Amino acid sequence: MTHDALLSAQGIDKSFFGVKVLDGVDFSLRGGEIHALLGENGAGKSTLVKILTGAYRRDAGAMWLDGQEVEPRSVAEAQALGIGTVYQEVNLLDNLTVAENLYLGRQPRRMGMIDRRRMRGDAATLLARYGVGADPDETLAHYPVAVRQIIAIARAVDLSGKVLFLDEPTASLDAREVQALFTVLRQLRAQGLGIVIITHFLDQVYQIADRVTVLRNGRMVGSRAIAELPRRDLVAMMLGRELAEATAHRGSGATQPDTPAAFLFEGYGKRGSIAPFDLDIRPGEVVGIAGLLGSGRTETARLMFGIDRPDSGQAAVDGQPVTLHSPQDAIGHGFGMCPEERKTDGIVGDLSVRQNIVLALQASRGWARPIPRREADALAERYIKALDIRPPDPNRPIKFLSGGNQQKAILARWLATDPRLLILDEPTRGIDIGAHAEIINLIEKLREDGMALVVISSEIEELVAFSTRVIVLSDRHHVRELRGAEITAEAIVEAMAVPGDAA
Amino acid sequence: MTKLKQLRPQLLALAVVLVLIGLISPGFFSVTVQNGRLYGSLIDVGVRVAPVALLAIGMTLVIATKGIDLSVGAVMAITGAVAATLVADGHSVPVVLAVSLALGLVCGIWNGVLVAFLDIQPIIATLILMVAGRGIAQLITGGVILTFNDPAFSFIGSGAVLGIPMPILIWLAMGLAVGLLVRRSALGLLIEAVGINRRASMLVGVRARFLILATYAISGLCAAMAGMIVTADIHGADANNAGLWLELDAILAVVIGGTSLAGGRFSITASLIGALIIQALNTGILMSGWPPEFNLIVKAVVIVAILTLQSPAVADELSVLRGMLRRKGAKS
Ligand SMILES: Nc1ncnc2c1ncn2[C@@H]1O[C@H](COP(=O)(O)OP(=O)(O)OP(=O)(O)O)[C@@H](O)[C@H]1O
Ligand SMILES: [Mg+2]
Repeated sequence: MTHDALLSAQGIDKSFFGVKVLDGVDFSLRGGEIHALLGENGAGKSTLVKILTGAYRRDAGAMWLDGQEVEPRSVAEAQALGIGTVYQEVNLLDNLTVAENLYLGRQPRRMGMIDRRRMRGDAATLLARYGVGADPDETLAHYPVAVRQIIAIARAVDLSGKVLFLDEPTASLDAREVQALFTVLRQLRAQGLGIVIITHFLDQVYQIADRVTVLRNGRMVGSRAIAELPRRDLVAMMLGRELAEATAHRGSGATQPDTPAAFLFEGYGKRGSIAPFDLDIRPGEVVGIAGLLGSGRTETARLMFGIDRPDSGQAAVDGQPVTLHSPQDAIGHGFGMCPEERKTDGIVGDLSVRQNIVLALQASRGWARPIPRREADALAERYIKALDIRPPDPNRPIKFLSGGNQQKAILARWLATDPRLLILDEPTRGIDIGAHAEIINLIEKLREDGMALVVISSEIEELVAFSTRVIVLSDRHHVRELRGAEITAEAIVEAMAVPGDAA
Repeated sequence: MTKLKQLRPQLLALAVVLVLIGLISPGFFSVTVQNGRLYGSLIDVGVRVAPVALLAIGMTLVIATKGIDLSVGAVMAITGAVAATLVADGHSVPVVLAVSLALGLVCGIWNGVLVAFLDIQPIIATLILMVAGRGIAQLITGGVILTFNDPAFSFIGSGAVLGIPMPILIWLAMGLAVGLLVRRSALGLLIEAVGINRRASMLVGVRARFLILATYAISGLCAAMAGMIVTADIHGADANNAGLWLELDAILAVVIGGTSLAGGRFSITASLIGALIIQALNTGILMSGWPPEFNLIVKAVVIVAILTLQSPAVADELSVLRGMLRRKGAKS
C-alpha cells in the first residue's frame, strides 16, 4: 500500500441489487494534486465518490487518509475528517437562504446565538471569489442551477481541510465560471489539498488535472500522469476502443430549408425574463441558442414551451395564431422540451425507466387511454437500444441510473411523443464523450427526418457542429443571428460579449 | 393489480397479528352461520373495519399525490347527519344515498380546490373542513343524536347478502372499483408521477391540478359511504362522535400499507390490509379481556414494530448484514 498518498483506497467492491458496479477498485490521491476521475456514463465514478465520502457503504475494501485507516459512515463523518464533497446531484435546501446553505450546521455564533451579520458577510466574501454576486439573504430557490452549483462548491471547498471531491462540477457552468473555479482549485492545490474532479470535458482535464484515473464498467483501467497521456490514448482507455472524433468541430453544412416557417414567434417576450424577440423555425432545421449564463437562454425556452406566460407578442403554428399558456398547450401543438434541470424538472425518480419514457406520451393521450403494456414495452426497448441506455433494464427505477443515462431517458421520453418541434436545453450535459457524439448524430438525423429543433447549449463547438442557424443571446436580448458560413466558434463568442441593449 | 410479492410485508404482518390474537383468545377464528348470515370474531373484524377501510381507499390516493385529508371524519359526520335527517323525514333509500354521496363529493371537491387550485398546504386546507365540518353536522342534527327506524336504510349497516354482511361487501366493492379505475386507466401512473415530482410531471403535460382534485373528490365520496354505514348501523347520527379520529386510523392504515407520506407509489390493496391489521388489533385486544387501558398501548407497540420493520434504514442494515453473512459463508 502506498502510504505516502493523502487518500487511498484498495479493493473497493459495491453491488446494487446483486449487480457489481464497482469491482476491486484501487484509488490513490496525493496531496497537492488535482486528480481527474474519468469514465463512461455508468462506469461507477459517482458511486466510488459516494463510497469514499461516506454517503454509501462499501461491500469490501479499505481506505486510508494520511496513512490511517478510516471508515467514514456518513457525509458528516467524512467532513469531520476534512473531506468535502459536491455530489453530482447538488443537495442544497431550496427554502433556506444562500448564506444559510453555505453555513448550515456550522453557523458562526456569538454568545450562543447565530451571528447573522457575520454569516452574511462571510457568505458574500466567499461567493465573490467565484465571481458570483448572489444575495446572501435571498432564498436559494431564486437562483438557477449554475449559481447553486457554485454555492455547493463554495460550501464544500470551505469545508474540506484535506480532500475535495467534485462530481461534474462544471456541467452547468459556462466558460467564465469554469475559469473562476479552476483558479480557486489551483490555489487549493498550492495549499496542499488533494482534489478529485469528475468531468466529461476532456479539454478541462488537460487544462487542470495532474493525474487521471479511468474506470470502465466498475473496474479500474489505470492511473496515469496527464503529461504522458495523449488524448487519443485517454479516450481509448475510457471507451475500450478508439473513437472516430471526426464528426465534431465541423459545421453541419446544412442550410436553412426554404419551406415556410412552421413555428413563428413575433415580438414574444416577458418583462424581467427576456426582451421581446422574433423567431421563426422551419421543419428540418436546428436553431442553436448560445449565450452566457443568465443571458436568457432557458427563459427563451420556458416562454416558447408555455411554462412562463408572455406579456407581449404572439405565436403562430402553421400560420394559425396559437396561445401557449401551459406546457399542455405547447404539447398539443406538437412541441416537446427537455429541461435543463434533470433532477427537479426531468426525472420522476421512483418510477421505472419504462414509465419515465412513456410519461409524456401518456399525458398527451389522457388518463382514460392508458398505453397498453405491450406498447410501453416496445417503446422502452426501442429507445433503450437507440440511445444505449445502461443498464438496459426498463423496470429499474430511474433514480438508480447514472446521471448521463437519466439524461438519455428524458430525451427518449420526448422522442416517444414524435414531436414536430423539439426544444433541448443542454441535451449533452453530463453525457460521456462516446454518447456525446451519438447525441449529436441523433440531432442531425432528427433534422434530416424533418423535425424542427431548438437546441440550447453552452458548448459552442457542439452548436457549430449541428446548427443551421445560431441565435446569440446577451443580457436577456436576442442580439445576433448567425447563418451558414457565419457560424463559427469565434463569431459566436464575439457576439456573446455584445451588451444586450446595444442590439 | 398489485403483485402478491409486493404485498408480502403487509400480509405477513396481518398473519402474525392474527396468530397472536388467536393465541390470546382461542375463539377468534370460529365462524358460524346463523339465520343464513355469517357470525364470528373474524367476520366482525371485516364489518367493523368498513369505515376505516373506505376512508383508507380515498386516503391512499390523496397521500400518493403528497397530500393528506384530515377532513374525512368530519365529512362522515356531515353525510351521516344528512342521511339520518332524510331518512327520518321519510325519503326513500335511493334519494338518501344519492344526496349523501353527492354531498361527500362536494366536500371532497372543496378540499381539492383549496389544495390544487389555491395551492394551500393539504394539511391546512383539509383542517378547515375537519374543524368546520363537525359544526355543520351539529347544526344539521340540531345538536341532538338523531335516531330513526327504517329497516330499508339500516340494511346497509346490518343486512347481509348471501350470508355476507353488507359493510364487508361495500368496502370490498369500493376497493375493487377504485383499484380497477386507477390501474386499468392511466390514473394510477399519473397520480404517482405527480406525487413523486409534480414539477416534472407538469412539464410533460400531466394535468396535475385536475388529478389532485380528483383524489380529494374520491376521498370525499369514500367518507360519505363510511358515514352512511355508521349511521345505518347505529340507526342514528351522532354529530359529535361519528367518525371521530377515524382520519388518523385511515392515515395509519395507508402508512402500514407502505405508501409513503412523501407521495408516490401506492397500493390500495396494501392499505386495505393495513386497515384490517388495525381492526384486528382493536377486536383482538377487546376480546382478550385485558383492561382497556392496555388497548392503546398494545396497539401502538404493534404498529411501531410493523413500521420499524418496513423502514428503509432497517432494510438497509439488514441487507448489509445479509451481505456480511454471505461473505463469511463464502470464505469458510
Ligand atoms: N443507488 C443505486 N441503486 C442501484 N444502482 C445504482 C445506484 N447508484 C448507481 N447505480 C448503478 O451503478 C452504476 C454506476 O453508476 P454511477 O452513478 O457511479 O456512474 P457514473 O460513472 O457516475 O456515470 P455518469 O457519468 O453518468 O454520472 C450504474 O449502472 C448505475 O445504474
Ligand atoms: Mg455520475
